[in-house]
Amino acid sequence: MERATPLLWLLFSAGGTVAAFLFPIHLFLTGLAVPLGWVEAPRYDFLHRLVTHPVVRLYLFVLISLPLFHWAHRFRYTLYDGLQLKHLTALIAVLCYGAALVGTAMAAYLLWTIS
Amino acid sequence: MRAEPHYTLYHPRWYRRRVSVWWWLQKRSYTAFVLREVTSVFVAFFAVLSLWQLRALAQGPEAYGQFLARLRTPGLLTLDAIAFLFVLYHTITWFNLTPKAMVVRLSGKRVPDWVVVALNYAAWVVVSAVLAWALLRR
Repeated sequence: MERATPLLWLLFSAGGTVAAFLFPIHLFLTGLAVPLGWVEAPRYDFLHRLVTHPVVRLYLFVLISLPLFHWAHRFRYTLYDGLQLKHLTALIAVLCYGAALVGTAMAAYLLWTIS
Repeated sequence: MRAEPHYTLYHPRWYRRRVSVWWWLQKRSYTAFVLREVTSVFVAFFAVLSLWQLRALAQGPEAYGQFLARLRTPGLLTLDAIAFLFVLYHTITWFNLTPKAMVVRLSGKRVPDWVVVALNYAAWVVVSAVLAWALLRR
């Protein structure tokens, strides 16, 4: 675990940067502006064509995977310190990074198979 | 100083005050810290929402229509609004920390913190505008 810490921290900070720059606008458009009708929803065909473009696939993989590792790292320490669960260290680490890995695998599968 | 530390075999149980799980409500700076840490939950929420959207897109127009209909339900709208505020808070705290984590030097002189922060915000606005254009263009 200790040897993995630099790598995990790198993923944490890369994911934090991705989320800081890209999440607000995506969340605003998808979660608020489109459902509330403030902007016209992009058409299915347009989005589908966009998502199958190789560069956009790579972009979406980074957009989903790295912030999940950011969450895993930060949430792990939130649980330790915030809820005083120091004795569950190993279990929490496995659950957090494991969830990020599962999400990454799902993103890879969807982006690989979508056509 | 002795080279080797001295350990007592049976030390008495040291007195430790129990700290409440709500310690972070006692001081404003503690609350700001914990709120910053909690932003990660909403970051993960949006990553999962994006996975869901991707799956709907892969399944076809009908599934995607259902996804859009779900987004219009009050529950998800409320959750999205809260998540948006937390994600914004993440962005602000992240940018404000950047000059502390990354010192930029130009011809030997340290670039002032506020310049680094301002450049981050400027880049953020440009990136957001480009993304909005790319997604909403007709």
